[in-house]
Amino acid sequence: MRSGSAFHKRTVQPTWCYTRSSYQAINVPLRITKYCAVPRLDNNATTYGALMFQQVPLVEIDGMQLVQSRAIMNYIAGKYNLYGKDLKERALIDMYTEGMIDLLDVIMLWAIETPENKQKQLSNIEQKAKERFMPVFEKGLANSDFLVGNQLSRADVHLLETTLTLQEIFPTILSTFPKIQAFQERMKALPRISKFLQPGSARKPPRDEDLIPTLKEVLSHYYK
Amino acid sequence: MSGKVVLHYFDGRGKMESIRWLLATAGVEFEEVFLTKREHYDKLLNDGALMFQQVPLVEIDGMQLVQTKAILNYIAGKYNLYGKDLKERALIDMYSEGTLDLMELILLLAIAPPEDKQKQLSNIEQKAKERFMPVFEKGLANSDFLVGNQLSRADVHLLEATLMLQELFPTILSTFPKIQAFQERMKALPRISKFLQPGSARKSPPDENLMKTVKEVFSHLFK
Repeated sequence: MRSGSAFHKRTVQPTWCYTRSSYQAINVPLRITKYCAVPRLDNNATTYGALMFQQVPLVEIDGMQLVQSRAIMNYIAGKYNLYGKDLKERALIDMYTEGMIDLLDVIMLWAIETPENKQKQLSNIEQKAKERFMPVFEKGLANSDFLVGNQLSRADVHLLETTLTLQEIFPTILSTFPKIQAFQERMKALPRISKFLQPGSARKPPRDEDLIPTLKEVLSHYYK
Repeated sequence: MSGKVVLHYFDGRGKMESIRWLLATAGVEFEEVFLTKREHYDKLLNDGALMFQQVPLVEIDGMQLVQTKAILNYIAGKYNLYGKDLKERALIDMYSEGTLDLMELILLLAIAPPEDKQKQLSNIEQKAKERFMPVFEKGLANSDFLVGNQLSRADVHLLEATLMLQELFPTILSTFPKIQAFQERMKALPRISKFLQPGSARKSPPDENLMKTVKEVFSHLFK
């Protein structure tokens, strides 16, 4: 295995972020050699055929050029023992994960909306989070410190990320979910996660709307 | 009840069709319970069977699985359609995610407002020809299968996607000879050949009746 891995991504939080959180949780040395400066992504990555479907994220790891966030996360989780001990645990992890990806996708799209649309959609998102998603995880943590199999898995990492993201928008949203609150505290105390949550780590801030001009420039051939 | 695989969904393709394909290819028999009325959906909800209040739902091996990708991952893993190691799985996942993205675009056509349909159709055709098909043409350049020289879920998804594309654009594979040859080989495999025959569990493209049923079952979402 190479001593580090190179990530190509513009500094957008969403799909990128789940990948980075998982990585940091298992302390793989991260050598970030190429942040996607706008011209380089366009000229280099597609020229070298690195982007299978012309899309980022792209993660170079173990001699592969991986695209598709789920493919990347499945690989990392599988390699670093964050995917349960058997197929059935994996299925449960996948169910939890897919639910969270659905919710994070809604938030990602909301983040780049116009201010007036954002306001309109805010209560819908809050309702979905409180009625459809959070109760599931509150229940999943009823009798256990972790969501699946009594050990840390990617589902726990995704849940921490999701709930922190929700709190950025709705600061009191976990007030009726005590198990999830306690879960958050336990997770935040884990050394690698604690380190990732500190300033100066690879974690990205929630500034997606600032990136719309950059996105539009990099992907200008799609915005004609 | 144990040992039976039961699918809960509409009598249509939607998000369940890829699951039907994979089960059929794996030679797994299954039953289907079709949602035709709001009460069916409410019953599943009240039974606590739908983790996120959504279908598809597949009952298999004592589990009530939801989320299409969780279900597909489980079937692929259990029936040896997921490669021999993590790296093959990564490649299979990349190919699969691409084809599932493409099939999702086609699925969304069914609920597009009439004035948007033509635009979306052209978008699908262009994406298929420029973004997706070249990848698979290249992936099949020197091999009968996409990954690891053996049948995997990536091949099943690709067959399904290309057949769907041909329903919309009959000549779309004319410039992709490797994919054409791949299709012929795949269609000749016994379980797949059986699934392609009338009377199988394979569903027809969506029509107005299906959309009417969906709206009725999920009436609370279409107020």
